[in-house]
Amino acid sequence: MSHPTYHGFEAVIGLEVHAQLSTNSKLFSSSPNAFGNSPNRNINPVCTAQPGALPVLNKKAVEYAVKAGLATNCEIRLRSIFARKNYFYPDLPKGYQISQFEHPICEKGWLDIEFEHEPEKKEQKRVGITRIHMEEDAGKSQHMSGYSLVDLNRAGTPLIEIVSEPDFRSSTEAVAYLKKLRAILQYLDVCDGNMQEGNFRCDANVSVRKIGAEKFGTRAELKNLNSFRFLEKAIEYEIQRQINVINSGGKVVQETRLYDSAKNITASMRSKEEAHDYRYFPDPDLPPLVIEKNYVEAIKKDLPELPDEKATRFVSAFGIPEYDAKVITSTKALASFYEGAVDHSANEPKLVSNWLMTEVLRKLKEDEKEIEDCPFTADKLGQLIQLIKSGEISSKIAKTVFEEMWLSGDSPKSIVEKKGLIQVSDPGAIEEAIRKVMQASPKQLADFRSGKDKLFGYFVGQVMKETQGKANPAMVNSLVMAFLKGEKS
Amino acid sequence: MLPKEKWKKAWEWKKLLAEKKTSPKEICEEYLKRAEQDKTNAFIKLTPEWARGVAQSVSQDSQDVMSGIPIGLKDNLVTKGIETTCGSKILQNYKPPYDGTVVKKLKDLQAVVIGKCNLDEFAMGSSNENSAYGSVSLPQKENYVPGGSSGGSAAAVAGGLVVHALGSDTGGSVRQPASFCGVVGLKPTYGRVSRYGLVAFASSLDQIGPLALDVQDCADMYDSIAGYDPLDSTSANRKNESCGLRVREVRESKSKRDEKLKSLTVGLPKEFFGEGLSDDVRASIDACIQKMRAKGVKFKEVSLPHSKFALPVYYVVAVSEASTNLSRYDGVRFGPRILPHENKTTLEEMYSATRGALFGPEVKRRILLGTFALSSGYYDAYYKKACQVRNLISQDFIRTFHDVDVILGPTTPTVSFEKGAKSNDPLSMYLSDIYTVPVNLAGVPAVSIPSGLGNHQLPVGLQIIGPSFSEPELLSAAATIESLLEE
Repeated sequence: MSHPTYHGFEAVIGLEVHAQLSTNSKLFSSSPNAFGNSPNRNINPVCTAQPGALPVLNKKAVEYAVKAGLATNCEIRLRSIFARKNYFYPDLPKGYQISQFEHPICEKGWLDIEFEHEPEKKEQKRVGITRIHMEEDAGKSQHMSGYSLVDLNRAGTPLIEIVSEPDFRSSTEAVAYLKKLRAILQYLDVCDGNMQEGNFRCDANVSVRKIGAEKFGTRAELKNLNSFRFLEKAIEYEIQRQINVINSGGKVVQETRLYDSAKNITASMRSKEEAHDYRYFPDPDLPPLVIEKNYVEAIKKDLPELPDEKATRFVSAFGIPEYDAKVITSTKALASFYEGAVDHSANEPKLVSNWLMTEVLRKLKEDEKEIEDCPFTADKLGQLIQLIKSGEISSKIAKTVFEEMWLSGDSPKSIVEKKGLIQVSDPGAIEEAIRKVMQASPKQLADFRSGKDKLFGYFVGQVMKETQGKANPAMVNSLVMAFLKGEKS
Repeated sequence: MLPKEKWKKAWEWKKLLAEKKTSPKEICEEYLKRAEQDKTNAFIKLTPEWARGVAQSVSQDSQDVMSGIPIGLKDNLVTKGIETTCGSKILQNYKPPYDGTVVKKLKDLQAVVIGKCNLDEFAMGSSNENSAYGSVSLPQKENYVPGGSSGGSAAAVAGGLVVHALGSDTGGSVRQPASFCGVVGLKPTYGRVSRYGLVAFASSLDQIGPLALDVQDCADMYDSIAGYDPLDSTSANRKNESCGLRVREVRESKSKRDEKLKSLTVGLPKEFFGEGLSDDVRASIDACIQKMRAKGVKFKEVSLPHSKFALPVYYVVAVSEASTNLSRYDGVRFGPRILPHENKTTLEEMYSATRGALFGPEVKRRILLGTFALSSGYYDAYYKKACQVRNLISQDFIRTFHDVDVILGPTTPTVSFEKGAKSNDPLSMYLSDIYTVPVNLAGVPAVSIPSGLGNHQLPVGLQIIGPSFSEPELLSAAATIESLLEE
């Protein structure tokens, strides 16, 4: 396995991921767990920390945390403890966050990741997951000039924090892990995984050491990494920054650094000395969380198909290349889109995969969109494949139809009908077009007949032009040949 | 004279109501009048509109023991739309958006709430001198303390301003003032009464409890508030047996009572009769024991060896929990906010100005102690160690209850003392809870009943402690002893 090195240094990276669980209500209260409402609507006495209000644990959130633990090969603790993490901030209503500290619900898991440090050189790695614990989210502060506003809609939203071992040696590995982890949580239906909306967030612990050194270097914790690209850029920047500090005779200090995506730098937020003493202790309002082995087993049995399993099935059942299968299963939405399209494609999974991998993904990339933003639904891609398969349209026309689908979201059938793009397979109509072309090209005809075979392509092209590309290409080929050879006229 | 000889109990009022000799309205007006003329400062706020509203609508014939009965609520019980201050300036004018579970139950039962009772700020104190709304006087003797922290509730019952009242007990805050004021006070088993809507002091110790003129009223009030509450994760999901009925049995049949006395085995922990117990209290408790012995009660000397650590353990556990429970009073969402520099105040300055000016000295002392005890590097030595010793204290009780039905001793080492006598000496103040604190640490139930009078003709309290969830047996034992002492 190749180890990326940085001029004699090696990077050591660990990730802490916060994933919001998509339960209906909050972690310790019955307030709705919803995004996008106007400020301070999804609140009640518990999540606004009114005096006397008490937390009651959301069972669904426990189920989701256990699911996440099982899907990442963790050991599930049958007894875990909620603890208070104390600090003052206006969007933290109780003045403490209920979290898990000494005894988290999941521990000692792992994930296998795949990545390429160099093009076409696939590598694999097993990454350790130290722990997954449950905790509540804080509210949101909005800083105006001279005052701040607090919105508690998010306060009390259930989160799981997934802490990896410091097993990554490059930003590429870290990004591969984060993508895989997000896909798994989405497959489990426990987290929406939307990084922009902040329901899937990531902090990175980054340090560097001389190659061959045993001891870890001093680490910096990077925050504000709200996209895969930012994670990658921030880590690369930070590695270089730390190497520069050491090379110029300085020492890396333990601190929290904020990534500034506009400037592509990380800047110190607070040092170790300024770090909070969170005064963790078991929350006396919540008894230990005790779950039964049978409960965990039942959840295990009900786990959905996860990305790796799905990719394997796609390869064996649909005969698509492993690479394509991995790409298509990299997000739940993409895999569902693919399966949805296959269902409507009249059994053409390979063709669907080709179109998805080339056309759809290209378009999404151009527009910087996700599959969720695709202007048309999966069944419409399937229908397009059907039209190609049945010969109603040519592959070439299909591309035109596809472009139109991208613009309007309409079904391929209605586009074909509206624009009159149905493939012409009527020999009479094609022959008519050939006659027209031959009449208009006496010189070319003479040249062909005197041995210039290459002109065959010219005639085919002219006929396609005459039929506005709608003529069935196979029929055009054979009929043009027949005319040129004088078998028809 | 004890308060129960001066004022009518709830069950007496219910009889008069049934006989149509009075009406809920008349009862309400009588108590409101006394409450309005109160000189003990037992209330932080009177709620005459609420009281009259209920008194007008409640049916004369309602069978429920609470309906139409004037009560008081300690002002750390959250009442929707009605100021709930916790005796603190930091919650001045705070009107909660919800009713606590217990308040809701009493509303449903149509109890007539006369007012919100005074208390030590956030229930931290043993004399009711720590209230931002003024100290409370002992009804029997001006310038003496009613005990604390439920001093207002106890004084209101003893002064006939309400028939009974709710307090909260974290380290003795119901039983100690009950003892000082000569009334009955119960600290239920931890988890028996919902804490939802009780403003938290120390979550693992707090329990709401009734203060009443006699054991019957206390048991009836307890029945009305006890029970499982899904809104409180520490609430016990167990069946409730009526304590009122059990007490009634004992009270109404002398032969049953004497039978019960003969079958009772009582433990006397030597740690509760040692140094620090004042002579007058000892004499009163001894006299009770003699009376009981004469009726055939069996006594056993027992030992709760770890109870000598109870006060230090309590003052680590309680202050640690309190230090974080009180973090929510930050001037952001409710209560007054203090901005020392108008438009240029930083967040830190707002926090420290608000909390600095609006918390009283005892509350600040406990927040500082608790913050220290939980801080990194000290946690193991203080909080963790205290929890381990707490477990030993709890084991002492469990072991002792293998041999005895109840444990008996004084509720407090002395009778009420003069205002100001201990207010500059927190340690000596803390000592007045020395017999009550172990009970909270163990989570077991205990009741204080008046045993007689001590120095200055002030009431002495007898504490009876039972095993967890034994309230029916505990209260019926208390009723037999109460009845015996009346002879």
